[in-house]
Amino acid sequence: MSTRTSTRTGTRTTTAAATDLAELTRAAYDALGVVIDPELDEPITDLGFVRSLEVRPTADGDLEVETHLRLPTSFCAPNFAYLMASDAKDVLDALPWTARVVVELDDHHDSDLINRGLAADAGYRGTFRHEAESDLDELRATFQRKAHTAAMERALTSLLRSDADLAEAEVGRVVLGDLPDDATTAALLRRRADIGLGADPLDRVLVDADGTPYAEGEVPMALRRARSTRISIEGNAHFCRGLLATRYPDEPTEPAFVSVGDLFAHTPSHTTREKETVA
Amino acid sequence: MYTQDGESYFIVDAHIALWDARPENQRNIHGKQFIDCFYDYHANLSPESEKWSYEEYLYQGGERLMKDLFEDGYVDHAVFQPAYLYEFYRNGFGQTDEASALAAAHPDKLTYNHYFDPRNGERGLDQLRADAERFGLKGVKLYTAEWHGESRGYKLSDPWTYRYLELCRELGITNIHIHKGPTIRPLDRDAFDVADVDHAASDFTDLNFIVEHVGLPRLEDFCWIATQEPNVYGGLAVAMPFIHTRPRYFAQIIGELVYWIGEDRILFSSDYALWTPRWLVESFVDFQIPEDMSEYAPLTTAQKKKVLGLNAAALYDLTVPAELRLPTEVADADESATGPRQPERADLAGASA
Repeated sequence: MSTRTSTRTGTRTTTAAATDLAELTRAAYDALGVVIDPELDEPITDLGFVRSLEVRPTADGDLEVETHLRLPTSFCAPNFAYLMASDAKDVLDALPWTARVVVELDDHHDSDLINRGLAADAGYRGTFRHEAESDLDELRATFQRKAHTAAMERALTSLLRSDADLAEAEVGRVVLGDLPDDATTAALLRRRADIGLGADPLDRVLVDADGTPYAEGEVPMALRRARSTRISIEGNAHFCRGLLATRYPDEPTEPAFVSVGDLFAHTPSHTTREKETVA
Repeated sequence: MYTQDGESYFIVDAHIALWDARPENQRNIHGKQFIDCFYDYHANLSPESEKWSYEEYLYQGGERLMKDLFEDGYVDHAVFQPAYLYEFYRNGFGQTDEASALAAAHPDKLTYNHYFDPRNGERGLDQLRADAERFGLKGVKLYTAEWHGESRGYKLSDPWTYRYLELCRELGITNIHIHKGPTIRPLDRDAFDVADVDHAASDFTDLNFIVEHVGLPRLEDFCWIATQEPNVYGGLAVAMPFIHTRPRYFAQIIGELVYWIGEDRILFSSDYALWTPRWLVESFVDFQIPEDMSEYAPLTTAQKKKVLGLNAAALYDLTVPAELRLPTEVADADESATGPRQPERADLAGASA
């Protein structure tokens, strides 16, 4: 990264400044970790969607941060793409030290439109104008409900697998307090909070998006439906990770990033692709 | 036909294309992005030995298609499901003239399905009549999220679509294939949403609605509507190659489909030229649900025969040689039933105990 060059210049001040920049870059990256791909229910940092990140001083002595995002295909839904990019801008703007934030989405069929909208803080409807019929709140809410459904199924299936005496028809009576204190349960509690459900140990686990439990006869079907939701989400995440790796064979897909300056030095996945035309 | 361990399978590839994505046919950058996206699917999900070069991938031509499907690929019959994509390609993506001429030259091997767009109004109805006569249509492929002027897509439940479906009924076009999947500019209208299929299937019970890509990435929504509508089918295009890269995920997809919609309504396809059928047929015949996935029953040979060809043969009135058919009692396992098929398997704890 460009900051490393300055660490070697030797003066105490520049070394300290460079260390600060590295720390701030890390802080910015951590901040991006709360931005979730709604469809896959995973942070964009874990998915490898953060392509580059750079913090740099401006001429006025302020700090600006620039990040580029990338997606598995040019045709990833633009509403989801916009949602993630604008969330990324929001979390970086919220850092107390960022005077200027640039977020760009690379290699998407709507990159130009989305990047102009982000630069102008135009919002989703302002960006897509007549093509956008509504705000993204409903879209976000739909996928938060799916994420909760999947988390609920993971917790209950894990319980069923660990307790041979528990019959499936009985999982409708399982309450939060019956779940082990582990990552699966913690994930469920976060998803519940996202859709406005509480965390009382006596709250039932198998509930619909309004928190209403199922009648005993409906329990196996409710669990089965939840399972198909979980499989769908997990499968999509596998697929998107694989496609991303295929699309950017020379760039890291693990939570890592290259500097903005290095972006266009990378070879795209097919020889005839012309990056400049889409970037 | 494919034979393995003394069992022979009649193979119908229910979703193939003859496309032209060469640069001279690309209307704009989206034409390039579209085929690049397909190529990434191909490169990511194919075994190393089956991977094509990018140049090969742009265009195959009829001769190569015939070889890949019928000489090398074990396929007995295949169905063209073209995507028009006029906004991206000068002469369209699917090659109507070349594909339909190939089908006309090999009627025993190929069926040509065409498309309609209800946003073309009365004029489109006349066109559909003409196309039905020209191609002898038994089916259509619809791409509900296709961009069309100012429109960003349509629904099967729109009044104009109903006029077209009524005409399909009149013309004997009984198989309505619907693409629900990665697409062009869906924006807030969710291009993957299958709720419109539910409405149309309820109102046109004499038509078959085949949801391609089994509704992925919204498998659960597809399963839920399909379990309630006896005339909704799942096409395995794009889902099939997971058998190689993600066999456990593939097991879950098949397991869910058999559970929710049953073995009679799942159709094999390679989605040629996204992938080629040979390795997919071989892999599927060898495939089994992993033992630790006790929530799903093992796949039977009869189920594999249905998925690989017999189900599609029934939809398209194809003649299956007597030795490749199933005995009547197996063939009629649970035809047209609704609701989950293996409710006893739902008891995961009991099954694994």
